[in-house]
Amino acid sequence: MPEVLKAPLVLEFPFTRSLGPIQSAFLTGLRERVVLGVKTGDGRTLVPPVEYDPVTAEEIRDLVQVAATGTVTTWAWNHEPRRGQPLDTPFAWVLVRLDGADTALLHALDAPGPDAVRTGMRVRVRWAEERTGAITDIACFEPYEGDGDGDEERQPAAHTGEFEDMVTGIVAPARLDYVYSPGRAQTDYIHALSGQRTVGERCPTCRKVYVPPRGACPTCGVATAEHVEVGPRGTVTTFCIVNIKAKNLDIEVPYVYAHIALDGADLALHGRIGGIPYDQVRMGLRVEAVWSEGGRYPDHYRPTGEPDADYDAYKELL
Amino acid sequence: MQGADVMREIAVVAFAQTDHRRTTDELSEVEMLMPVLHGVLEQTGLKTADIDFTCSGSSDYLAGRAFSFTLALDGVGAWPPISESHVEMDGAWALYEAWTKLLTGDADTALVYSYGKSSPGSVRDVLTRQLDPYYVAPLWPDSVALAALQAQALIDAGDTDEPALAAVAARSRTDASANSHAQVRGSVPQGDYVVRPLRTGDCPPIGDGAAAVILAAGDRARELCRRPAWIKGIDHRIEAHGLGVRELTDSPSARLAAEKAGAFERPVDTAELHAPFTAQEVVLRKALRLGDDVRVNPSGGTLAANPVMAAGLIRIGEAAARIHRGESDRALAHATSGPCLQQNLVAVLEGDPR
Ligand SMILES: [Zn+2]
Repeated sequence: MPEVLKAPLVLEFPFTRSLGPIQSAFLTGLRERVVLGVKTGDGRTLVPPVEYDPVTAEEIRDLVQVAATGTVTTWAWNHEPRRGQPLDTPFAWVLVRLDGADTALLHALDAPGPDAVRTGMRVRVRWAEERTGAITDIACFEPYEGDGDGDEERQPAAHTGEFEDMVTGIVAPARLDYVYSPGRAQTDYIHALSGQRTVGERCPTCRKVYVPPRGACPTCGVATAEHVEVGPRGTVTTFCIVNIKAKNLDIEVPYVYAHIALDGADLALHGRIGGIPYDQVRMGLRVEAVWSEGGRYPDHYRPTGEPDADYDAYKELL
Repeated sequence: MQGADVMREIAVVAFAQTDHRRTTDELSEVEMLMPVLHGVLEQTGLKTADIDFTCSGSSDYLAGRAFSFTLALDGVGAWPPISESHVEMDGAWALYEAWTKLLTGDADTALVYSYGKSSPGSVRDVLTRQLDPYYVAPLWPDSVALAALQAQALIDAGDTDEPALAAVAARSRTDASANSHAQVRGSVPQGDYVVRPLRTGDCPPIGDGAAAVILAAGDRARELCRRPAWIKGIDHRIEAHGLGVRELTDSPSARLAAEKAGAFERPVDTAELHAPFTAQEVVLRKALRLGDDVRVNPSGGTLAANPVMAAGLIRIGEAAARIHRGESDRALAHATSGPCLQQNLVAVLEGDPR
């Protein structure tokens, strides 16, 4: 068996999220170096604030300002920071209850080592130099011994939550890296394609030949293993005419995208039809795969010149 | 559960799981899954066409592909069309859905399966994507970091210490010696800190695996299994997503789920706990009021094999299998989801009196 294929797969999304009134006030506040919380019906102050009381589910809207100093309620020493985390030098993850708040905020604490961190220690916000209205406007926390800035022990003060130029949305980029392996059946299929052959697998129960094979018969729910070479010729079973040019795709529109039942296959695969004007493609058209120079899969399918197939020969494969 | 006297009797009648491994490159999800699907069908003598309802659990974020569960359906035999559902969660929640379906009387048998391949990606990073996207996810706190915050809170509260956590790890992996499916077995060094106070030994192995269960109602269950594991109660509860809002040293949601599932009505002899990190077993033992006389995680638990999205279903399966084998009469099975035990499901399983 050939070696199973593997390839890097990177998924990246800039998730665009809109903010409700409370989150908008909180994140805009961070931009202005103001930390806001919200009061619940029973008088607790939640920081970071939420729009609904976690206990009663009541809508809550009473914003208050709390201090930028606070107390660590628990911590964990992170000696190997990972991509995207607030600091790229070893740091402590901390939950910090800011002065005036009843709940704790998760962030990073910049400290020289784990011996310099303990539950109960006093910390203060270190603001990011460039602030945009995001949780990362808090660059991290830092140890705070002083008591001179008048912030600590402060009672939460009512705040309108209104600032100039409110932040109403955030873009949260996400990136995950994978090394994707398609498994045995699809590896075999891709290997065969590199030799300009198309292979399927036959179901031991219903005898259908699946192309591309995925290792299972979806009808019978059993493993497929028997290799069957199919094609290279086949029949267009159905098609559509594409009139919109795809980004980064160098194909003139309009073009035809079709379901093609390769000879010997019991499932149609799809591909582009070339070598014939788009308005002359028809059901039953006999086609064959065309590989481009060094191509790892068929670039397109072109007419073979054979007479069209009878409808009855492919009606089950639409 | 109210009205328990009029509810249908529903049981776990078969359970199968893969050998859990660090990587399964040679297998696609459906290739990994098929043996366990066939396993539970063979145990019961059922054919695909005999299954009234199918429900699965998995996650696109592990697979790195949208609608990844649809490909796994190839292993089920979904033609002619079947009654099917999917939860983007651990299979324990798929089992909950199947259980409610059987309760309605619309189905007498259900196939529940779940699978997870953590090997293609970095599961620590993948799990950050389930966090609050406004205040937490942009900081990328990984799953070990969040569990470590919980562990430190427990240590500060005097509920445990590092030697006690190491003992949880050692007991789990020793118990796993008897479990041929487990990924990490026997004596394993406690290792270095991953995120302090958690060491490698306090963390679950990262790996791939799948599991399947068949549920059946009433007399159908008795036909299919010599000693069905009757689900006497099942419930799940969730806590606020804000970590700083929750009391991390306790699990009120696990306790409430256990209470609603009837776990406290009579003692259990076995508990299969979905505690991926050692410190979480400490939290759950307290929340679920498990005394020292309860056999906890005889399978080795999640510290011995943690196929994400299947590990919770495996807890129910392991508990049921012990009842099938006559090694337990009343067992508690627990599954969790979310950071620091945010969501908890508890099922109480019983065998007929012997
Ligand atoms: Zn078949």
